[in-house]
Amino acid sequence: MAEDPILFETLLRLGDDSLILGQRLGEWCGHAPSVEVDLSLANMGLDLIGQATHFLNAAGAAEGKGRDGDALAFHRDVLDFRNCWLVEQPNGDFAQTMARQFLFSTWQKMVFEHLLASRDETIAAVAAKAVKEVAYHAELAAEWVIRLGDGTEESRRRMEAGLDWNWRFVPELFEMDETATEAAARGIGADVARFRADYDARIAAVLAEATLEAPRDQRPILGGRRGHHGEHLGHILAVMQFLPRTYPDATW
Amino acid sequence: MVALLSTDALWQVLEGVPDPEIPAVSVVDLGIVRAVRPDRVTITPTYTGCPATQVIERDIRAALDAAGFRGVAIETVLAPPWTTDWISEGGKAKLHAYGIAPPSGAATATCPQCGSTDTEELSRFGSTPCKAQWRCRACLEPFDRFKCH
Repeated sequence: MAEDPILFETLLRLGDDSLILGQRLGEWCGHAPSVEVDLSLANMGLDLIGQATHFLNAAGAAEGKGRDGDALAFHRDVLDFRNCWLVEQPNGDFAQTMARQFLFSTWQKMVFEHLLASRDETIAAVAAKAVKEVAYHAELAAEWVIRLGDGTEESRRRMEAGLDWNWRFVPELFEMDETATEAAARGIGADVARFRADYDARIAAVLAEATLEAPRDQRPILGGRRGHHGEHLGHILAVMQFLPRTYPDATW
Repeated sequence: MVALLSTDALWQVLEGVPDPEIPAVSVVDLGIVRAVRPDRVTITPTYTGCPATQVIERDIRAALDAAGFRGVAIETVLAPPWTTDWISEGGKAKLHAYGIAPPSGAATATCPQCGSTDTEELSRFGSTPCKAQWRCRACLEPFDRFKCH
C-alpha cells in the first residue's frame, strides 16, 4: 500500500496519460507528411513526456517505496498502468492521430486549468506550466480537424473515420470513480464531470467549423483507470520497456 | 560581508554558463537561476519537455566545481513556474542579436534580420520546444521566435 494511495493513483493517472500519448506521438518521428508536422508531433510528444516525468517522479514520492519516474515508466506491467484508453489507441493515418489529439488535448487543457488550483503543490506547478503547452496542442489539433474535415473528399473521409475510431473512448475521460471523487474532494484532483458540458460545446464548435457531424454514440469503453487495457498498450510497453528491462542499469 | 562576496562570485560563475541550445545567452539571462546562497544555487526548469534541463544542471555543476565551489548544492524547484517574463532585458537583446525573435506579447514578431514587423507564423512548433517558426514578408528570411510562455 502506498503512503498516500489517493495521491499516488491521481499522479499515476495524470502521468500515464502523458507518457503513453507521448510515446505514441514519437512513433511519427521521421514519418509525418511534412517536416513542419514532423516537428510538431515530436515537440508535442516531448511536452507530454516532460509532464510524465514530473508526475511519475511525484507519484514515486507519494508511494514511498523508493521508486522514481523511470522505475514506474519502465518496470511496471500493463495491469498497473492507469492511462485512459484513448491515449493507447494506434496512430492509424494522420487524420486518426489528429482526431485522437483533438479529443484528448481539448480535455487535458480543461483538466490542467482546474488543477492550477490543486492543493498538491507539485500538481499545481506542473499544471501551470503544462497548460500553456497543451493549449498549443489543442489548437493545432483543432486546426487539422477543420482543415481535413472541410478539405477534399479523401481528407474528409479519413477525418470522419479517425473521429469514429476514437469516439467511444471519450466517456471514460469523464468517469468519476471512487478514487477520482476522493481526490476531487481533497482538492488535489480535478472534478472532470463538472466540465463535460464545456467539453462537448468545444468539440461541437470545431466539428461545425469542419462541416462534420459528430459520430454516432457507441458503447463506451471504460476501465483504463483500473488497469483494464486493450491489446495496443502491451505492444507500446514492449517497445518502450525493452531496453531498460534487458539492460537494467544501462546509462548514456 | 563574506557571504555577500561569495554569492557575487557564484553569480559570476553562473553568468558564464551558456544555455546548451542557445549558447548566446546564459542560464542567468534566461532566468533559470532563481536564487543564489553561499551554500546553494536554486534553479528551475523552463519548458516541461525541454531536453536541455538535465544538461543545464550538469553544466552548472561542472562550472561550479571548476571554480572551486564543490560544496555548493544545486536545488531544482518547480514553483513558482518559470515564464518567459523571467528572461532579462539583456537576455532578450542577446537573443535578437543571435537571430531569434525574443518573446513578446506583440501579435507579430520583429524580424531579427531586417527589423520589419511584417512577419507571419509558419508553425507553432520549431527547432526546439521553446521556439516557433516564423517568416519575414519583407526580407523573406525564415527565423525562430521564442514562444511567449
